[in-house]
Amino acid sequence: MTTPTRTEQDLGTDIAGGVGESPLRPDGTLKVKGEFAYSSDLWLTGMLWGATLRSPHPSARIRSIDITEAVRTDGVYAVLTHDDIPGDNRFGLEHADQPVLAGDVIRYQGEPVAIVAADHPETARRAVAKIVVDYEVHEPLVDAERAAFDVNAPALHEGGNVLRYLPIRKGDPDATAEVVVHGEYEVGMQDQAFLGPESGLAVPADDGGVDLYVATQWLHVDQKQLCRVLGMPAGKVRLSLAGVGGAFGAREDLSMQAHACLLALHTGRPVKMVYSREESFFGHVHRHPATMRYEHGATRDGRLVYVKAQIILDGGAYASSTPAVVANAATLGVGPYKVKNVVVDCYGVYTNNPPCGAMRGFGAVQAAFGYESQMDKLAAELGMDPVEVRNRNALHEGATMPTGQVVDSAAPVAELLRRVKAMPLPPETSTSDDGYDLRLLPGGVSNTTHGEGVRRGVGYAIGIKNVCFSEGFDDYSTARVTLKVTGGDAVATVHTAAAEVGQGLVTVQQQIARTELGVEQVVIQPADTGVGSGGSTSASRQTYVTGGAVKAACEQVRARVLRQAAKTLDLPASQLRLHAGKLVSADEAVVAAVVDVLGDETITETVTWRHRPTYELDEKTGQGNAHVQYAFAAHRAVVDVDVELGLVRVVQLDCAQDVGKAMNPDAVVGQIHGGSAQGLGLAVMEEIQVSGGVVRNPSFTDYLIPTILDMPPMRVDVLELADPHAPYGLRGVGEPPTISSTPAIVAAIRHATGADLTRVPVQPHHITGTH
Amino acid sequence: MRVRCTVNGERQEIDDVWEGESLLYALRERMGLPGSKNACEQGECGSCTVYLDGTPVCACLVAAGQAHDRDVVTVEGLADEGELHPVQQAFLDAGAVQCGFCTPGLLVATHDLLEREPQPSDPEIREALAGNLCRCTGYEKILDAVRQAATAKAGQE
Ligand code: FES
Ligand code: FES
Repeated sequence: MTTPTRTEQDLGTDIAGGVGESPLRPDGTLKVKGEFAYSSDLWLTGMLWGATLRSPHPSARIRSIDITEAVRTDGVYAVLTHDDIPGDNRFGLEHADQPVLAGDVIRYQGEPVAIVAADHPETARRAVAKIVVDYEVHEPLVDAERAAFDVNAPALHEGGNVLRYLPIRKGDPDATAEVVVHGEYEVGMQDQAFLGPESGLAVPADDGGVDLYVATQWLHVDQKQLCRVLGMPAGKVRLSLAGVGGAFGAREDLSMQAHACLLALHTGRPVKMVYSREESFFGHVHRHPATMRYEHGATRDGRLVYVKAQIILDGGAYASSTPAVVANAATLGVGPYKVKNVVVDCYGVYTNNPPCGAMRGFGAVQAAFGYESQMDKLAAELGMDPVEVRNRNALHEGATMPTGQVVDSAAPVAELLRRVKAMPLPPETSTSDDGYDLRLLPGGVSNTTHGEGVRRGVGYAIGIKNVCFSEGFDDYSTARVTLKVTGGDAVATVHTAAAEVGQGLVTVQQQIARTELGVEQVVIQPADTGVGSGGSTSASRQTYVTGGAVKAACEQVRARVLRQAAKTLDLPASQLRLHAGKLVSADEAVVAAVVDVLGDETITETVTWRHRPTYELDEKTGQGNAHVQYAFAAHRAVVDVDVELGLVRVVQLDCAQDVGKAMNPDAVVGQIHGGSAQGLGLAVMEEIQVSGGVVRNPSFTDYLIPTILDMPPMRVDVLELADPHAPYGLRGVGEPPTISSTPAIVAAIRHATGADLTRVPVQPHHITGTH
Repeated sequence: MRVRCTVNGERQEIDDVWEGESLLYALRERMGLPGSKNACEQGECGSCTVYLDGTPVCACLVAAGQAHDRDVVTVEGLADEGELHPVQQAFLDAGAVQCGFCTPGLLVATHDLLEREPQPSDPEIREALAGNLCRCTGYEKILDAVRQAATAKAGQE
């Protein structure tokens, strides 16, 4: 190239669809056409179907397993038990304490015992039914407090039943106060209830390894566990993300992954496994049920002096992510408030109940129901407005958490409450002018009331959540970004292993690449283990961490383009920048087109990106800078309650949330809607009912999630107070709206009824006082 | 058994169908049409909604044999090749699709609603879609999508 041409040229607008805009999702067209390949849609010639035999007992010892009849069934290709596992018969996210197939001890109802591969799913199910297991049935340990504190309770695992105990101690443990309120609260077991069932296709490979196409939240943590189970190196266990029909935490642990791989490797044929809805209830972990005892001490003018809490989380039969859930419940246990003196004791325990682990909100949900109920109780005791009590104690930037960690970015607690409170209220009654509309009344078209006995209530709540993995975890993501000319245009390709589960990470990755590289076309490669780990799609962390990795990789690619251009143009690279496919000089002149600079060269950069480090908590005091970032959302709920029947209709649910930077404003609002709906479910309808360790309602007939009739209209107010430590100043979005939604709705029901509601989900008899 | 039916305007003939198989299974696993979804297979979620002789049904509750000699339309058949139906376009534009697993069923149910009632009120939309579960969106943007689709269809006519 000779002298650079300095065209007087309009620089044009920015590339459309960058950070801060709301471009459509790249997978959206396929999804609306029914052509997006979910994990249950996969199909290969000659593939077999897998099925699982599960224990009907929550606690038992296996005396013998007889597979004779199952093996003899026509169309059956394999029946495998614990004897057939080539590697280690253990898996688990951090503690490998869970058998892939139980060999001797059964610790929960639904624990997998044997697996079958057959040429038709019904053949596989019938063969499963022919496996004879002789169980010595034991009395299950189902009371979490007994598991934790009764020395005579049987130990379910070596090391006892307390999986983690975390105390938090700040200030004076013996502090006293003028006004004291006590409360004991319970949270029932909630299910993530994603719609796309656990499923995938395992394909045996020529090299003796296996390729697994699966819906998961973290490909590499699956791979790591599978390598142990299969006794194979990572190079032979390759995972690709199949279409994911929602996750919400339920896909963080292995479900059918190991089983499908074992069957595929054993039979030499591709094996597909798809759980039914019933099996899905047994196939993944749930939200921890919690029992919480709180004592709040305050001054007469409503300032908190101390908070004492005991939080017991029922982890069920295996560890899963219980230790991290304990950390959240403990460290966030007093909520987004300034409290000088704190005593929190949080326990995660083993029982023979279904295993519990990750679900959206992760420990913060349970605690929020406790501390927000207490704040309302305190307000009532003081005769003060519930929002005012919260304001007087509101956390803010520069304040100190119970762990001693100083909040070092925006914490607009009072502002969020102010905003939800300022939103317009719905009309006084839900009845229309010409009388009542059943669809707008509690009980709906069941025609249980025409407005008589219906009371209106309004409630507020605010929650706090940590974003990203905490406590010194090496939390990173990897991004490979390629830039080259294709068909005359500069095209960027982004490859990560981060799981798109519906939240829109693929859209955000495109937006980041457009903003950083100034190219319009960005291709997102399918996520797989061919690139480094993207970390988990959980803890509201993917836009932060994988987004950070994509940004960093783009910056390196950009630097190379600029260096190359500088060389050819004979200008210092520092005086060039990329803008909308062009190189622009310091005096704002277009000096070259990116396509010309690239020529036929391909520029690729792979970056592993970490957020700032966190640190472990002191075992005795719970002190330490354990968290990366805090996020906040507030809700106001308006409810109508039929006080005679105890039926609730949520009339309106409004939310204000600080997201630091709305990377994709439409998607942010979508997260807030969806998260709030899950909080509504926990408030008034959703619970896995477990009795004696046995699940009573493993179906969508009996486990109810909100329908479009249950969800009210929402007003959403999004604040953008940048966090200087985070890419683009963003704050994790996914979880906070799930946290405050539940206590706000319960507060509104209390306001409407005067009932002292201490358990979620609230059931009609809690309101009516009948039993 | 052998089942013959028309799906999205095309003749389909499938052999060796086991009597217990649902229409949903036959569509997804035998006819290569996995667009209709399998979220519960017990008639509770609506993700499998298809038209059977013009009436929306849960394909998981219809035995494959019951579709014999009948006409089925699935999400794959709502628009011509390479095109989007206004309902599909509206779901896309409104951000009513997150994971998208509920989407095929909601599209068929919305398509049916707008055929019956081109300008539904919000309570009518809610009533019509009450059998379709979505776990991701909280339904707000689904309502937006239905309103937008109604407007777009009205503009077309
Ligand atoms: S799969 Fe048919 S209703 Fe759920
Ligand atoms: S978009 Fe995921 S279930 Fe509706």
